Amino acid sequence: MPDQLLFALEVTLNGLMAGVMYALVALGFVLIYKASGIFNYAQGVLALFAALTLVGIQQGQVPFAHLINAVTGMHVTEFGWKIPAILAILLTAGVMVGLAIIIEKLVLKHLVNQAPIILFMATIGMAYFLEGFGDVMWGADIKTLDVGLPQGINETLESVTDKALGYGFFIDNLDIVATLVAIALVTALTLFSQYSKQGRALRAVADDHQAALSVGISLRFIWILVWSIAGFVALVAGIMWGSKSGVQFSLSLIALKALPVLMLGGFTSIPGAIVGGLIIGVGEKLFEFFAGPLIGGATENWFAYVLALVFLVFRPQGLFGEKIIERV
Amino acid sequence: MNDMSEGYVTADGRKIGGTLMEMKNITLKFGGVTAIQDISFDIRDGEIRAIIGPNGAGKSSMLNVISGFYIPTEGSVYFKGVKRGPMKPYQVAQLGIARTFQNIALFDGMSVLDNIMTGRLTLMKSGLLSQAMWWGGASKEEDEHREKVEKIIDFLEIQSIRKTPVGRLPYGLKKRVELARALAAEPKILLLDEPMAGMNVEEKEDMCRFILDVNDEFGTTIALIEHDMGVVMDLSDRVVVMDYGKKIGDGTPDEVRNNQDVIDAYLGVSHD
Repeated sequence: MPDQLLFALEVTLNGLMAGVMYALVALGFVLIYKASGIFNYAQGVLALFAALTLVGIQQGQVPFAHLINAVTGMHVTEFGWKIPAILAILLTAGVMVGLAIIIEKLVLKHLVNQAPIILFMATIGMAYFLEGFGDVMWGADIKTLDVGLPQGINETLESVTDKALGYGFFIDNLDIVATLVAIALVTALTLFSQYSKQGRALRAVADDHQAALSVGISLRFIWILVWSIAGFVALVAGIMWGSKSGVQFSLSLIALKALPVLMLGGFTSIPGAIVGGLIIGVGEKLFEFFAGPLIGGATENWFAYVLALVFLVFRPQGLFGEKIIERV
Repeated sequence: MNDMSEGYVTADGRKIGGTLMEMKNITLKFGGVTAIQDISFDIRDGEIRAIIGPNGAGKSSMLNVISGFYIPTEGSVYFKGVKRGPMKPYQVAQLGIARTFQNIALFDGMSVLDNIMTGRLTLMKSGLLSQAMWWGGASKEEDEHREKVEKIIDFLEIQSIRKTPVGRLPYGLKKRVELARALAAEPKILLLDEPMAGMNVEEKEDMCRFILDVNDEFGTTIALIEHDMGVVMDLSDRVVVMDYGKKIGDGTPDEVRNNQDVIDAYLGVSHD
């Protein structure tokens, strides 16, 4: 095979892996959109908050250290212990469930039966609040997240492909792990949503609040459940992104990258989030590879949005979204 | 509650039991508007009870009070002789009170089968974890529920549309699916909000037959709101008549038909 083609193949593979990372973020959006028709602007910040909390717990940081020091004149920063990664992840998952309960109690409960735009505005408010809250709680410095995921180039894959094709593929170990995690997550979520009692209740709530109430579904419980799951997905996304590029506040902006993914895959489809993510990831990388040099590069910044726009024109519900049927 | 033990037998030989549900001095206000004013009536075990009245009489509000969608400003609802506190609609549903809606509230994106399956959510026992893990016979339980649902599907003659997404169905069939979903909960009381509104004669006849069959075969107590007087008189054992939020008549169809207040309300005599 010519080198050019092999290189394109490698780019495609890397694109697929990058796509998985986008898909992880998009998944959280889909979950909440499915269950409540809200576009949750705060999903990216949830991922950031989860990653911050994880690092904080793992490193034994004192929460609100800055605030405590300023008020009391003390100089606390760390408890002086380190917590094993697994335990820290479990604790963070617990924090995300707590956050879901608080969000339901303080925000969602008061907005039942309100128009989607109102709920959307509420999530924007939540996003900024959480971002600031995360800052106050854990500090604004860039942190490194290390939960023991393998990093760097996968050497086995490189040597195997080198022997077989005469061209070693560079694939990041972390990307491989992210792919496996994403596959497991999507499988679990799809099974849950399609076949469990709560999954059916969740779909019911998404469709019609009144009807859901009339068959004995507690909206409160479903919302807490959904936001907990979304928080958990955010945690997974936060771990992956945080391990890749450090925990920094720009992490919350990956939410914007998930938007074209959702337009492609459809706002209501879990598999759609994955396929959409993959298409964007691969498309982005290949476009940069082939067309980038011709038009001056940096196409990755805008390609996803243009692709999404093209999709919107021809298939507004996305690849896997529910077709909107309206009887006239 | 002195008539708890009493009962009667209808002309067609059905046994009606004691009081299953009682509304005592229900008043419902929305700000300055009084939707229901001091209304009391009872629903007996096994009967078909109709609530009728002109538009805006407060019938739907009454049904919403019974199903917990509205909390009455004053007065209480008694179920099986026990006073019901302020409850959320989903808690009322869990008590065994199922309902349909005037404007049809179905899950449009789901198939007919899935819609009806949601009716059984209150009866499913497996917890979150076992469902997620397929432990504790969650799957076996699902099969049992599925079987019950298939029976209801047969009963209401909607086999041919089982897999169709509800959003694609015509109005009359949607009404039938909504009835099926309510029935799937195996309710003690079934509340029907204008089950025949907007239907043609043939569809109305079908619906009438289904309501009578449900009452007869499952012994389900039914409270319904309906505009079509002919239908109400044929179907119901006893009728409550409302006008401007007040109760103006209560009794058998014949009694109600000959009640002067009721005649005035329907023929339009000026209210003073």
